Amino acid sequence: MDSYVPPYDATAVTRLIDAGAVIIGKTNMDEFAMGSSNETSYYGPVKNPFDHTLTPGGSSGGSAAAVAQKIVPIALGSETGGSVRQPAAFCGLFGLKPSYGSVSRYGLVAHASSTDQISPLASNVRDLALVYKTACGRDPNDSTSVAFDHPDYPGLLETNGKLRIGIQKECFAEGLDSEIDKVVRDAIKALEHDGHTCVDISLPSTEYAIACYYIITPAEASANLARFDGVRYGLRVGSDESLDDMYSKTRSVGFGREVKRRIMLGTYALSSGYYDAYYLKASKVRELIRREYEDAFSKVDLIVSPTTPTAAFRLGEKIDDPLAMYLSDIYTIPASLTGCPAISVPFSRMSDGRPVGVQFTASYFDELSLFQIAHILEHWI
Amino acid sequence: MPLSKEQVKHVARLARLKLSLKETEEYTRELTTILNYIDQLKSVNTEEVPAWNQSATMENVFREDEIRLSLPREKVLGNAANRDDEYFHVPRVIGR
Repeated sequence: MDSYVPPYDATAVTRLIDAGAVIIGKTNMDEFAMGSSNETSYYGPVKNPFDHTLTPGGSSGGSAAAVAQKIVPIALGSETGGSVRQPAAFCGLFGLKPSYGSVSRYGLVAHASSTDQISPLASNVRDLALVYKTACGRDPNDSTSVAFDHPDYPGLLETNGKLRIGIQKECFAEGLDSEIDKVVRDAIKALEHDGHTCVDISLPSTEYAIACYYIITPAEASANLARFDGVRYGLRVGSDESLDDMYSKTRSVGFGREVKRRIMLGTYALSSGYYDAYYLKASKVRELIRREYEDAFSKVDLIVSPTTPTAAFRLGEKIDDPLAMYLSDIYTIPASLTGCPAISVPFSRMSDGRPVGVQFTASYFDELSLFQIAHILEHWI
Repeated sequence: MPLSKEQVKHVARLARLKLSLKETEEYTRELTTILNYIDQLKSVNTEEVPAWNQSATMENVFREDEIRLSLPREKVLGNAANRDDEYFHVPRVIGR
């Protein structure tokens, strides 16, 4: 894709330009948005602006680093399972994963079509709300985009309303850094002090979210990435041989290690004899997770959790252990699977200075509550 | 369940990927580790649970079947690896 020049703009980008935004450039990211550390990028990893030995997170690490470094006030990234919330947490920013269907995917390179969403990053809630309000809305070019009467988010950040917030107890268990545990609990205390009610809730099936995600999304990706075949997207290798050889050679040279790994995982999960055991099973578990969220939102307005189990890790720390890398998205994946909106709020820092994100998840299309709760916490930061 | 090298080669063929010997070994090991983790899904009771993969409350979306402008041909063909005037050029697919 190095030489690829898109023949059209994404709807989200067009809407921002029409509103007066100036596009500065495209940012570095993990290849085909597959990665949690930016280390799978074709161009080499982005470094975390706070400490160049740390990853900025991924896959939209370049977008996060550009905002954190104050190169730009706002940036767009793309979310499939946490690719904006996790970099936001690692770089000390606000990052929103909108409700599935709220921002048009027209012009977004497809990774996993049932979870992909274009997602904004900003250093304050007002900017974040402004970008989202500008980019969202129904688009005839994306039939999964939803016609929803979006409120004036930036104008509605101040509220006296009191919210019921569920504390997702599964997140406060083994694997969570104790300092992050404390930061999230401090945020909960601040909200209680502000008059909001926080109660423990349980979403037991989220335990299976990563296993579910790593069947569903590679399966979708294996189909979506079939189009990169040496015909329409620049690179071609071995053009003198048969069509099949040309496909295979081009794809083998063009795709990086992580992308090939996921294409194979997805192809396997969809292949004859394994479809029921993997893809169908994962689709059912996904429904179980969705039901638990639906049930939770009949009792609470928002769910609070950490965004990530650890703060930004070192470049090189997890790149040779794909499963460890995948597990770093443990708290962000459920909202992606269910389609719920979620926000990462840079509430505090570790004792060594690394930023920490607190995540809130809302029911479908309740981005307003996310902006309002983030704005309340913004006063405490 | 460990994946065999033969299975990895088969999947690579399905996905139109050519793997070196070293890659085949590495992916066999890595995919086995990942699938072992994924196997925990088997312990979830999903009897009576329907499969679900639509993240929105969806209705069919229709539009009039009208002729609309498509993307500019030159811009689209500009990304072709190999072109022949107005066409994408590909290796021969019909027998000689």
